[in-house]
Amino acid sequence: MSTAPAYSEDKGGSAGPGEPEYGHDPASGGIFSSDYKRHDDLKEMLDTNKDSLKLEAMKRIVAMIARGKNASDLFPAVVKNVACKNIEVKKLVYVYLVRYAEEQQDLALLSISTFQRGLKDPNQLIRASALRVLSSIRVPIIVPIMMLAIKEAASDMSPYVRKTAAHAIPKLYSLDSDQKDQLIEVIEKLLADKTTLVAGSVVMAFEEVCPERIDLIHKNYRKLCNLLIDVEEWGQVVIISMLTRYARTQFLSPTQNESLLEENPEKAFYGSEEDEAKGPGSEEAATAALPARKPYVMDPDHRLLLRNTKPLLQSRSAAVVMAVAQLYFHLAPKAEVGVIAKALVRLLRSHSEVQYVVLQNVATMSIKRRGMFEPYLKSFYIRSTDPTQIKILKLEVLTNLANETNIPTVLREFQTYIRSMDKDFVAATIQAIGRCATNIGRVRDTCLNGLVQLLSNRDELVVAESVVVIKKLLQMQPAQHGEIIKHLAKLTDNIQVPMARASILWLIGEYCEHVPKIAPDVLRKMAKSFTAEEDIVKLQVINLAAKLYLTNSKQTKLLTQYVLSLAKYDQNYDIRDRARFTRQLIVPSEQGGALSRHAKKLFLAPKPAPILESSFKDRDHFQLGSLSHLLNAKATGYQELPDWPEEAPDPSVRNVEVPEWTKCSNREKRKEKEKPFYSDSEGESGPTESADSEPESESESESKSSSESGSGESSSDSDNEDEDEEKGGGSESEQSEEEGGKKKTKKKVPEGHREGSSSEEGSDSSSSSSESEVTSESEEEQAEPASRRKKTPPSSKSAPVAKEISLLDLEDFTPPSVQPVSPPMVVSTSLAADLEGLTLTDSSLVPSLLSPVSSIGRQELLHRVAGEGLAVDYAFSRQPFSGDPHMVSIHIYFSNNSETPIKGLHVGTPKLPAGISIQEFPEIESLPPGESTTAVMGINFCDSTQAANFQLCTQTRQFYVSIQPPVGELMAPVFMSENEFKKEQGKLTGMNEITEKLTLPDTCRNDHMVVQKVTATANLGRVPCGTSDEYRFAGRTLTSGSLVLLTLDARPAGPAQLTVNSEKMVIGTMLVKDVIQALTQ
Amino acid sequence: MSRPSRASNTTKMIHSLFLINCSGDIFLEKHWKSVVSQSVCDYFFEAQEKAADVENVPPVISTPHHYLISIYRDKLFFVSVIQTEVPPLFVIEFLHRVADTFQDYFGECSEAAIKDNVVIVYELLEEMLDNGFPLATESNILKELIKPPTILRSVVNSITGSSNVGDTLPTGQLSNIPWRRAGVKYTNNEAYFDVVEEIDAIIDKSGSTVFAEIQGVIDACIKLSGMPDLSLSFMNPRLLDDVSFHPCIRFKRWESERVLSFIPPDGNFRLISYRVSSQNLVAIPVYVKHSISFKENSSCGRFDITIGPKQNMGKTIEGITVTVHMPKVVLNMNLTPTQGSYTFDPVTKVLAWDVGKITPQKLPSLKGLVNLQSGAPKPEENPSLNIQFKIQQLAISGLKVNRLDMYGEKYKPFKGVKYVTKAGKFQVRT
Repeated sequence: MSTAPAYSEDKGGSAGPGEPEYGHDPASGGIFSSDYKRHDDLKEMLDTNKDSLKLEAMKRIVAMIARGKNASDLFPAVVKNVACKNIEVKKLVYVYLVRYAEEQQDLALLSISTFQRGLKDPNQLIRASALRVLSSIRVPIIVPIMMLAIKEAASDMSPYVRKTAAHAIPKLYSLDSDQKDQLIEVIEKLLADKTTLVAGSVVMAFEEVCPERIDLIHKNYRKLCNLLIDVEEWGQVVIISMLTRYARTQFLSPTQNESLLEENPEKAFYGSEEDEAKGPGSEEAATAALPARKPYVMDPDHRLLLRNTKPLLQSRSAAVVMAVAQLYFHLAPKAEVGVIAKALVRLLRSHSEVQYVVLQNVATMSIKRRGMFEPYLKSFYIRSTDPTQIKILKLEVLTNLANETNIPTVLREFQTYIRSMDKDFVAATIQAIGRCATNIGRVRDTCLNGLVQLLSNRDELVVAESVVVIKKLLQMQPAQHGEIIKHLAKLTDNIQVPMARASILWLIGEYCEHVPKIAPDVLRKMAKSFTAEEDIVKLQVINLAAKLYLTNSKQTKLLTQYVLSLAKYDQNYDIRDRARFTRQLIVPSEQGGALSRHAKKLFLAPKPAPILESSFKDRDHFQLGSLSHLLNAKATGYQELPDWPEEAPDPSVRNVEVPEWTKCSNREKRKEKEKPFYSDSEGESGPTESADSEPESESESESKSSSESGSGESSSDSDNEDEDEEKGGGSESEQSEEEGGKKKTKKKVPEGHREGSSSEEGSDSSSSSSESEVTSESEEEQAEPASRRKKTPPSSKSAPVAKEISLLDLEDFTPPSVQPVSPPMVVSTSLAADLEGLTLTDSSLVPSLLSPVSSIGRQELLHRVAGEGLAVDYAFSRQPFSGDPHMVSIHIYFSNNSETPIKGLHVGTPKLPAGISIQEFPEIESLPPGESTTAVMGINFCDSTQAANFQLCTQTRQFYVSIQPPVGELMAPVFMSENEFKKEQGKLTGMNEITEKLTLPDTCRNDHMVVQKVTATANLGRVPCGTSDEYRFAGRTLTSGSLVLLTLDARPAGPAQLTVNSEKMVIGTMLVKDVIQALTQ
Repeated sequence: MSRPSRASNTTKMIHSLFLINCSGDIFLEKHWKSVVSQSVCDYFFEAQEKAADVENVPPVISTPHHYLISIYRDKLFFVSVIQTEVPPLFVIEFLHRVADTFQDYFGECSEAAIKDNVVIVYELLEEMLDNGFPLATESNILKELIKPPTILRSVVNSITGSSNVGDTLPTGQLSNIPWRRAGVKYTNNEAYFDVVEEIDAIIDKSGSTVFAEIQGVIDACIKLSGMPDLSLSFMNPRLLDDVSFHPCIRFKRWESERVLSFIPPDGNFRLISYRVSSQNLVAIPVYVKHSISFKENSSCGRFDITIGPKQNMGKTIEGITVTVHMPKVVLNMNLTPTQGSYTFDPVTKVLAWDVGKITPQKLPSLKGLVNLQSGAPKPEENPSLNIQFKIQQLAISGLKVNRLDMYGEKYKPFKGVKYVTKAGKFQVRT
């Protein structure tokens, strides 16, 4: 232990002699007197001017509070220090205040003004902490002050203060519920907040104050879904459980017409296709109010929720995983629920408390959806070291999972459990065997035999439990088991456990015809020991006697009378009653003939066999993961999970007009309007989901380029126009994939397959359906460059400049056909130059777009000494690479400084990091001595500054070389208007915004220099700007096409401010550094 | 004590926390709302008594006015008081986070450490929950708010009277990267990763594997200045069947490229945990030959176990211990180990054999006689053997880190990866 007992050492310095050892003082009288004394010196210490003494006193007071001792008489002395300058003293005073303010309300008011001052502090943390303490003081008189403070804080600049405001809402509400209406207003306001920091807290406040106001969620639903992954863990749990409830009220049940589907496979086909594919057609269908019998179509928002929660199954927090699991269980279509099993099984490795809760939930789920956990059967095997409560739960799950096919393994496993030393567990195992036997007819006899063998077990508990279970099993088919009953009858001599004895007696009585000889003898024995038996046994003896009297009165008449007489004088009134009742029934007396005539029917009526079922059956009417589910009883404050509505409420309530979520506010084109929303969220989704947003409309490339707020990868599978022409084919194949896709997570790509293929899973639905897919997948490209070349051109970046480049590109390059769709806003530098006179009216823009020279210039790739005469340089040409728009085009300059010609120059097999790919230059057959030549190659750096290492090979030699791009070369300029720029910038805030202050040297104070320096550092295009001291630049990263927006605010006074907005945070950070370096040099 | 006067429906989440030691003393209490009397713990004690065994205390107990959700960690019970419906795992997860934080701050989560640092503990609890709802639980942020105790600091503090509360206000909670504190500076920049794999297995009597899987974690110790952005890639990422991530990891990068990309928290943390499922054949590195028998009607039995290496890929297996819970009728054991030493505790009936390393030339064995209570029937079952071992420099799944790249900072960090394979819940049935 490396820690030092800081506190006790401090204490040693100044504590009074009477200080008892912490935690060892019971609140005895002797201590009390010293308490008073000690409090006096504490008061003294608090009154001094020395912070160290005050601190010491406060520490001791807090220690008292921690022990649960009363320190309330110090209130006046402590509250004086609320304005103390020392932060630590202040904090401890806060701790004290929060604890005792409720008890000393008048005095507590003295402190309020300090907090009110704190609320106005320029430091956000002080504002927040003032609000936090103020709202924690449970003094009703300050409710108006709190209300005011919360309202103000809710519109604070700082998200942290807003978060604190959200936390304060439930506190105020519990203090004074009359404030509800006002608080709801604040909640509504905070719900609209876009920061992840606030989201969890405000939903928590919503759940506590006004969970019934589901209407407040509509407008924020999509935002919450999209933010979810970035919210902190605790917030995620709260939001997920709220959204589960929301979804149950707003969407249709995904399983509602499963029965319908079974009847009509054709419909099933359509239904599921639309459900997964969500083609434009299905969307229209979704918006139209659908009649009940129409095939089920999942609301896109319902899908969104499922898609965005799925990644959270991989959270480290068990609570989050469980929250998602219950969401899937309650909301997902049957076929998709399976994904949660793996995550839940993973949790079984966690702390035993977590296991306990998870197993309870798994037990419930496994009854409803057995198939889901079947693959994980072995994960529920029991170890002798598991705590008993865990063992029993695992056993429950194993029993639920047992079926015709796996029962042999399960039974073998049970066999080992029976020999455990933990007897409670053994008893539970026997019960479990009984349940397996009733559920699976095939093994009934095996189980029964096994149980009969257990009857000779030395442990009485085991035998007793077996008897009880056997009794239940025998009831199902008594006729065949006379032998077993005889065996059981013999046991009555030895077995002492009352329940077992009772069970045997009942069995013999019930089936006395099968053992006509033994039964009276057993009764004889029991009559002998009657007085010594337990009550339940006595009742069964009476029962047996009555039954035998009815069937075999000749032999047992006297015995029965004897037993009944004994019972008549028993101490227990139940037994006396029973005896009297039985006697009246079976022994015909003078007047009671009516009943006794039917006595046989009454006693020997055929009884239905008991059904052994899980105690977890039907627990799923409680929301899984909830406290109520765990307790199997409604906990205070539990909210029932609502049933699915019959008809879906209007889905348009969730439409938001704000540009963040819907790019084109054009209402007529709903299709288009929704599009950006999909591509937007697609990036978040797991591999199986990529299918969802696949068939893109024609306007897609445009809407996409302006959407992308949350996804780096989204463009890679969707920026292809060819794809939508093949819409039909696409969705079909994807449907088939989705069918197989249920097990997709398990799909193993062969080990040899290179790393770069990882993106393949994400996009293979589309790449398999439409061959012309352009993805960032490099290897395929390398494998078949030519065929690819022909198909790729539509990507607009390369197309217009293809001719120009083809001069440099020595490969046989077929110019692409004319662009079918108007190009998106990406304009290459050279194209911009061509269009200069036409479009670019802002003169200041031209030089910026026209500076294709990288600041780096030519760099050495291979020194001539190292290269044995071959010198190689390279430069970033900043021209789009013709073959693949995702590649950075690099000019390679070779010069032969040796005496001999160098032959067969080409690129050798590169070993590249994941994702990076190279388009090699065509082989240079021969380079005569003294000559130079150039070539162009393309490298897809995958938006990272990782070096591309490859070999330069000549006929004789191989040289290892590497090219590492500066971050500025990983992008291509984009032309956009100021408004577009602002709009995009608005979407890339928060995590995606990096701001840095810098001092511009005087040399950089003019437009030209700034533009020059920025564009030299990064391949960005200038965006026109209204204000003179502001510069804006825009570009897109090459591989993912993510926007990179750079703003330089160079006001004459004060430091300049550089802001980069990009969802590629790493690129953004590095770019800021590079640009600052360039500008300040 | 004032009970919460209104039985309002709005007091959600965690109401109070009690820390209780094994002998049943409540040695710390903290209330985030109105005070709940200690007497509520009586329900807990009742359940504890019924359970007979600390492990079997139900984590959730329902009482007339409250619900108690508890965890058992390091011989301490953390009992939280809940008033209304709340996901139990939410509370359990939080309580474990509290225990983790204590562990992190004091080096151990023990009664003594908590009592010694009671003020820090109180301050931590104050920051971690606000009105019963978790506020700051990331260790990086807490450490900025409340400095952990060190020997030096406590000496200095006692002289100067200054304290362990950070005098600068934390920025982490405000930043976009809530798990990393700002302004980290090191003279030596280092990043270490420990790949620790545990083999969970059940081996049956005949030596065949009933169940086996590998549970792995990558623990990181990152001491890097500034805001480094790391990406860690594997040679064979597809091995990882089921992974859970620290929140710092960019999920999308993993989904698309199978690369772990993250801005790390400062200090020690668990980067990922993963499972390599039993479908891939798990190599079991040791085998055990055992013969344990108890004679009918005599008060002795024989005990003989031998351990040997199976497939250890050229690495030595070390740190082997065998733990056996013998049946209750065993009075004593009289054994001779060929290697290592053994102890038998006649009270708990636990036999522990500390074997050490396996040398393939001479396999370690432990044989001898078992004395049974005379007259008692012979035990029904043979005890199962729990085995622990360790193999350095090996990840049994074959997982290999390919490379670690750092972006965003200019310096060159020192990087290291260590592999260890251990036995997890490794049980041999006899």
